[in-house]
Amino acid sequence: MPLADARAQVPDLAIVPHDPVLDQNWLDRLAQGCARYTPLVALDSPDGLILDITGCTHLFDGEAGLIDDIDRRLTRLGMTLRHALGPTADAARALARYQTRPAPDEATAIRRLPVAALELDAEAATALVRAGLKTIGDLAARPMANIAARFGADAATALRRLLGDAPSPLDPRITPPPVATERRFAEPVASMPHATQILTELVDEAIADLTERGKGGRHFRATFFRSDGLARSIAVETGHPTRDSTLVMRLFAERMDALRDPLDPGFGFDMMRLAVPRLEALAATQLKLEGGEVRAAAMTELIDRLATRIGRGGVRKFAAVDTHIPEQAQLALPAIDAPPPTPWSVTEPGEPPLRPFYLFDPPQVIEVIAEVPDGPPHRFRWRRATHAIRRYEGPERIASEWWRRKDNAGLTRDYYRVEDERGRRYWLFRHGLYDEKPDPRWYIHGLFA
Amino acid sequence: MRESSQPLAGLRQRIARLAATGGPESRPVEDWLASGHGAFDAAIGGGLMVGRTHEFFAADALDGASAAAFAALLALRTPGQAPLLWLRTVDAGRRTGHIYAPGIAELGGDPGRLLLIETADPKMLLACANDAVRCAGSAAVIVESWGKFPLLDLTAGRRLTLGARDAGTTLLMLRLNAAPTPSVAETRWSIVAAPSRALEADAPGAPAFDLELLRWRGGPAGTRWRLDWDKDEQAFRDTALSGAVLPLAARRAVHPLGAEAA
Repeated sequence: MPLADARAQVPDLAIVPHDPVLDQNWLDRLAQGCARYTPLVALDSPDGLILDITGCTHLFDGEAGLIDDIDRRLTRLGMTLRHALGPTADAARALARYQTRPAPDEATAIRRLPVAALELDAEAATALVRAGLKTIGDLAARPMANIAARFGADAATALRRLLGDAPSPLDPRITPPPVATERRFAEPVASMPHATQILTELVDEAIADLTERGKGGRHFRATFFRSDGLARSIAVETGHPTRDSTLVMRLFAERMDALRDPLDPGFGFDMMRLAVPRLEALAATQLKLEGGEVRAAAMTELIDRLATRIGRGGVRKFAAVDTHIPEQAQLALPAIDAPPPTPWSVTEPGEPPLRPFYLFDPPQVIEVIAEVPDGPPHRFRWRRATHAIRRYEGPERIASEWWRRKDNAGLTRDYYRVEDERGRRYWLFRHGLYDEKPDPRWYIHGLFA
Repeated sequence: MRESSQPLAGLRQRIARLAATGGPESRPVEDWLASGHGAFDAAIGGGLMVGRTHEFFAADALDGASAAAFAALLALRTPGQAPLLWLRTVDAGRRTGHIYAPGIAELGGDPGRLLLIETADPKMLLACANDAVRCAGSAAVIVESWGKFPLLDLTAGRRLTLGARDAGTTLLMLRLNAAPTPSVAETRWSIVAAPSRALEADAPGAPAFDLELLRWRGGPAGTRWRLDWDKDEQAFRDTALSGAVLPLAARRAVHPLGAEAA
C-alpha cells in the first residue's frame, strides 16, 4: 500500500522511515543484553536472536523460568516476542517463526510445521504444495534422494537440519577484544622460558598498539593453546591504565607463580594469544622532579602486584555507607578498582569514640546478668571468661531498617558501651526490646581501643 | 698461607666497609613516628624511628584492640595522605574482629588512608609483608599476627627490617596473643588497656593505654607509661589519675638515662 493511501485511511498516522542500520544496532544491543542468559548468542538478522541455552537453564529454575525472564525484560523494552525451544538452532528458529498449531512434543511440532519453514525459493515452495506435501512431516516421509533430485540439495539439507539429522552450527556473536596479538608456531614451543619470552614479545606488540591509540590497558589476558587441544588463560589486572611492559610481565610472572596448578606445556604450545579486553585513555605523563608521582606509582604497583598474587578481593579500601546499622556502615572495596574517597562522619569534640575499633560480624552471643531486665548489663560472660562491668554508657537505641524489609519488622537493638574492671572497653547490645520479644539475647559487637 | 690470607683480608675490608656505610644502626634517621606526648617522645629519642621495625605485644588476647589502635594511631597521626598498609590473615576477622572504619574515624583517623591486605595464611602474609615494606610512600606497614608466628624467625625478621630500612618505611609488627621472642626490632612494647578517665555519669572515656617498653636498642628498657588518646588534639597525653597507679616514679628514675642515650 502506498503511503498516500495509508494516510488517507488513517489521518493521524505516525510515520517513521525504515532504517535498517538502526534496526541492526538495536538487535545487536538486545543480543548484548541476552549475554546474561548464555555466552552463546547468535544474531538471526533482521529480527531474531538464537540463544544456545545448553547447561544454562538451571540458573533460572529451568527453561520456563528462563523464558519468563526473557519475556519480562523484553516486554518492558516494548518488544513483542515470539519464542520457541528446539533441539537444534534451526529447529528452534523454524518453530519460533512458523509454528501455528500447538503440539504435544517438539518432534511432532516440527513435523506439523508448514513447508515454508524450509525457506526455499517461491517456485520450489509452490511446487511442494502442488504436490500435496504441505507439512514437514509429509516431506520427511518421502525418500530423501527424491527430494534432493527434484528440489535441489539445499532443500534436502534444510530438511535434515530441521529434523536434527544434520548439524546446524551456531555463529555466536562474541565481541572481539579491542587489542589482541597472537603468534602461531610451526613447531610447538615446549619450554616455559621460551614461552615467557614470546609472551614478552606479544606484550610489547600490544603495548605498541596501545601507544598508537593513546590508551592504556587495565586487563591483560594471555591464552596458551596446547598442541593436544587444551587451552589455558591467565589474566592480570592493573589499578590504573598502563603501557609499561615490564610491569605487565612482572604481574604475569606473579600470577604464574601463584597458580595452584602450574602451566604445563605438555607436548608444546602451538599458539599463544594476548588480548587486552579493557582499555582506558592514558596520556603520556611527565614525572615530577621531586618524585611525588614516582611514590604514588610505586604504591599502585604494589596494589596491582598483591592483588595479582592473593586475588583482587585481598587488597581493599574502605568506603562509608549511609546507614545506622553498624555492620553495614562500611564497605571494603577492591583497591584495584580505585574506589573514590567517601566522607566519614565526624564526632563532636570532647566525645569519646562511640564506635569500636574492631567489629565482630556476625556479633557473638554472650550471657549477661543485669540488675533489672531492661537495665544496663552488670557482668557478662564471653569466650569462657566473666567480665565485671565498672562503667557503662547507654543505651544507644538503633532501630532496624524496617522500611527496607518486606515485612516491615525487625528488632531494635540497645547498645551499651561498657568498661570492665581491667580497663577493656566493649560494645554490647541486647537484640530486641522486652515488648518486642519475650527473652532478648545479648551479643558483643565490638572492641574499643 | 699468603693465598688464603689474601681473600680473608679482602673479606675483612669488605666487612669494615659494610659496617661503615650499611647496617641498620649506622644509617641516619631523618624522621620519627611521634606520639605527640613530649616526655614520652623525648624518652625514646623522638618517637618510633622511621625505617625500623617496632613490635607491639598485646599482653592478653583481649588487649588486642588496644595494641592495634595504638599502632594505627601512631601511623595515622602523621600528616599527609600516605596510605597505612594493614596486613592480616583472613581468619583474623573471626578471632579479633574486623577492622571497623567508622571506629577509626571516631578516633580522629582517616579510614580512607587505610589499605587492608588480607591473605589466606601466615606464609603468604610474610611474603606480602616483604613486598609492602619495600614500597616507599606508606605512612607505616602494620603486620597483624595471632599467636606464635614460627615463620617469623630471626632471618625473616632481619629481611623485613632490611627492606624497611632501604625503602624508608616503618614496620609495626602487631603480635596478638603472643609472648615476646628475640628479634631485630628497634623497640618492643607490651600494651594493655587501662581504665579510662570516667566522663559524666560514669561513662567510659577516651581510650587509655598502659605501655611498657620491653626493649629498646637505643637505651634502657623497662619504662612504663600510661597514656590516653586525645582525638581533638590528635595526640597522646597523660591520663589524669586519682593516684592509684604509679607511672611517674618509674619514669623519673629512667628519664635521665633515656635522654642521655637519645
